[in-house]
Amino acid sequence: MTQVTKFLQVSDLKIHLQTDAGLMKAVDGVSFSIEKGKTLGIVGESGCGKSLTSKAILQLNPDDFRTEGSIVIEGSDGKQQDILTLKQDGKELRSIRGKKISMIFQEPMTAFSPLYTIGNQIMEAVLLHRTTNKQEAKKITLEMLGKVGISDVNRRFNQYPHEFSGGMRQRAMIAMALSCNPELLIADEPTTALDVTIQAQVLELMKELQEEFGMSILFITHDLGIVAEMCDEVAVMYLGKVVEHAPVRDIFKNPKHPYTKGLLDSIPKIGMGRKEKLKSIEGMVPQAIDLPPMCSFFDRCKDRIPGVCDVRDPHEIQLNEKHRVSCVLYEKEGVTI
Amino acid sequence: MTDIIMQIDNLTKEFQVNKHTSVTAIENISFTIKKGETFSLVGESGCGKTTLGRCVVRGISSSSGKVLYHQDTLGELDFLTVKGKQYKSVRKDIQMIFQDPFSSLNPRMTVYDIISEPLKAMTKLSKKEIQEKVKAIAEKTGLDVSYLKRYPHSFSGGQRQRIGIARALITNPKVIVCDEAVSALDVSIQAQIINLLKELQEEMDITYLFIAHDLSIVEHISDRVAVMYLGRIVELSTTDKLFTTPKHPYTEALLSAVPKPDPEIKKERIVLKGEVPNPTNRPSGCHFHPRCSYATEVCQSEQPPLVEIQEEHFVACHHAKEMTLQGIMGIVATEEKTLEGR
Repeated sequence: MTQVTKFLQVSDLKIHLQTDAGLMKAVDGVSFSIEKGKTLGIVGESGCGKSLTSKAILQLNPDDFRTEGSIVIEGSDGKQQDILTLKQDGKELRSIRGKKISMIFQEPMTAFSPLYTIGNQIMEAVLLHRTTNKQEAKKITLEMLGKVGISDVNRRFNQYPHEFSGGMRQRAMIAMALSCNPELLIADEPTTALDVTIQAQVLELMKELQEEFGMSILFITHDLGIVAEMCDEVAVMYLGKVVEHAPVRDIFKNPKHPYTKGLLDSIPKIGMGRKEKLKSIEGMVPQAIDLPPMCSFFDRCKDRIPGVCDVRDPHEIQLNEKHRVSCVLYEKEGVTI
Repeated sequence: MTDIIMQIDNLTKEFQVNKHTSVTAIENISFTIKKGETFSLVGESGCGKTTLGRCVVRGISSSSGKVLYHQDTLGELDFLTVKGKQYKSVRKDIQMIFQDPFSSLNPRMTVYDIISEPLKAMTKLSKKEIQEKVKAIAEKTGLDVSYLKRYPHSFSGGQRQRIGIARALITNPKVIVCDEAVSALDVSIQAQIINLLKELQEEMDITYLFIAHDLSIVEHISDRVAVMYLGRIVELSTTDKLFTTPKHPYTEALLSAVPKPDPEIKKERIVLKGEVPNPTNRPSGCHFHPRCSYATEVCQSEQPPLVEIQEEHFVACHHAKEMTLQGIMGIVATEEKTLEGR
């Protein structure tokens, strides 16, 4: 077996929140890893915990979310660090945020401060992590703005976020995220607010920059089309759990979990013409509050086995080296983890 | 011959921004909608598709133009100018489903009140008749009768959208304008609602004017499609023709920009330069020329008219006849070739 260099290893991550209605297990035992230079996609519908998971990596969730498990990153010096053990406002965490790991958000309008110029905001990150020389920081900032395809950078540097269009703002955010050469870029639905032609531009740009800088990307999305284009591996989440984890090809060509299959069937495929009916998943996502020990997909599953699926959690099954699935149907086929 | 149910004739809407500037959101739009079909409007944000939909239902008043509606008993009349009794009888026939299932339902009204309100406003039915109708429509749209007493906040997005659909259907409309009716929903719920819309169409013989930006949904649901860019229709055709043999470079780029849910498809994507220009300051001639790779001098100065270049295929481009553009099948076909080559 070849030695795989992992940059990030998330193990048994749990994010719980005490609400008036009961204990909400928003994320419940999620494990995954990201290899250097590769892209992992996390897909799932709203409320499945994908955003919370990504934010936990930088400890960005509010305090009342109880987070357990471990998130280990490996620095370029080979030293391993568990992010969750770091102090929230400590020096070490600050040296990771924005430098080793940076993030782009879904809504480029609200992610920038309206009171400072774009140049100023990008320069802030550069001054914090790369240099203390203002002149040099400005040079780096201008260079980054140019790299993400913003023209007339000297004028743009001094403009405010409201003077940028949506696509431009997202480019500026990518420039800011990449200004300190991060080893991991977390992209939380970076193109959801954009039009298709602009989305195409931003996705191309991200691919180009990944080749140039060799960073890993954690791509959070609900759009399976984007997953197919951008990701090497995919983790499908449902109600706080990863139900299937596999290379992108296997997810699309050989999906195992009934939920993954259902998701793939419910998108109309372009170029296939008018089919009679879409196969939809019946019912809706239940609330993650006080769930009994059973498969959380049970109520909506076509292949459910009453008496088995609704009495205990399904085991996580290793089907082959890279394909994991949590479903009772496959418990005889693979190795239980 | 299929009957025409609605004819939009030279519809224009200008918004006055301030004393000196105005935005032409839609400009001289004309097309016809056939009875029982799904006619889709696609385009990026700011192209005027929502404005057009709102003008058609008379949600906002248009600057000029007509919306000719063909009613069985009254015959043809301009929906934008009818008044009094006639208006009331036609109003029932044209309804709307909104994009955001959260802000389009009044949080202080029960589901029953929301669904029954159009009946109270437009008809003289008795309480009992209204009750029966609401129950029937709730069942049809997959809402449990026990839900009717609750308030919208206790429902998920998909169920709220069902309430919105029930409200639109209660008056037995002939035409429904669906403004991004499924784009706020999760994929698995989206499929449920699309199926529901299709079932209802067959059952109740409804015509949809479907406004969307998601091309894979549009391809799935529509009979005919019009592509809009900065307030004008640039291409209009049957779904098949538009997706397989587009004639306008903008349509080609749109089709190519859609991410395909298949990791084996590695394609050369046509990435458009720049962004949609500001509608207050639209480019001269063909609005698309600054982003178009086929543009020539004539495109900068002259506005191309929307002409029928094949049967049922209208396009507004000076060079439509000279170009062979890639449709969706073309992209898939070249991918297959590259796969064989590997």
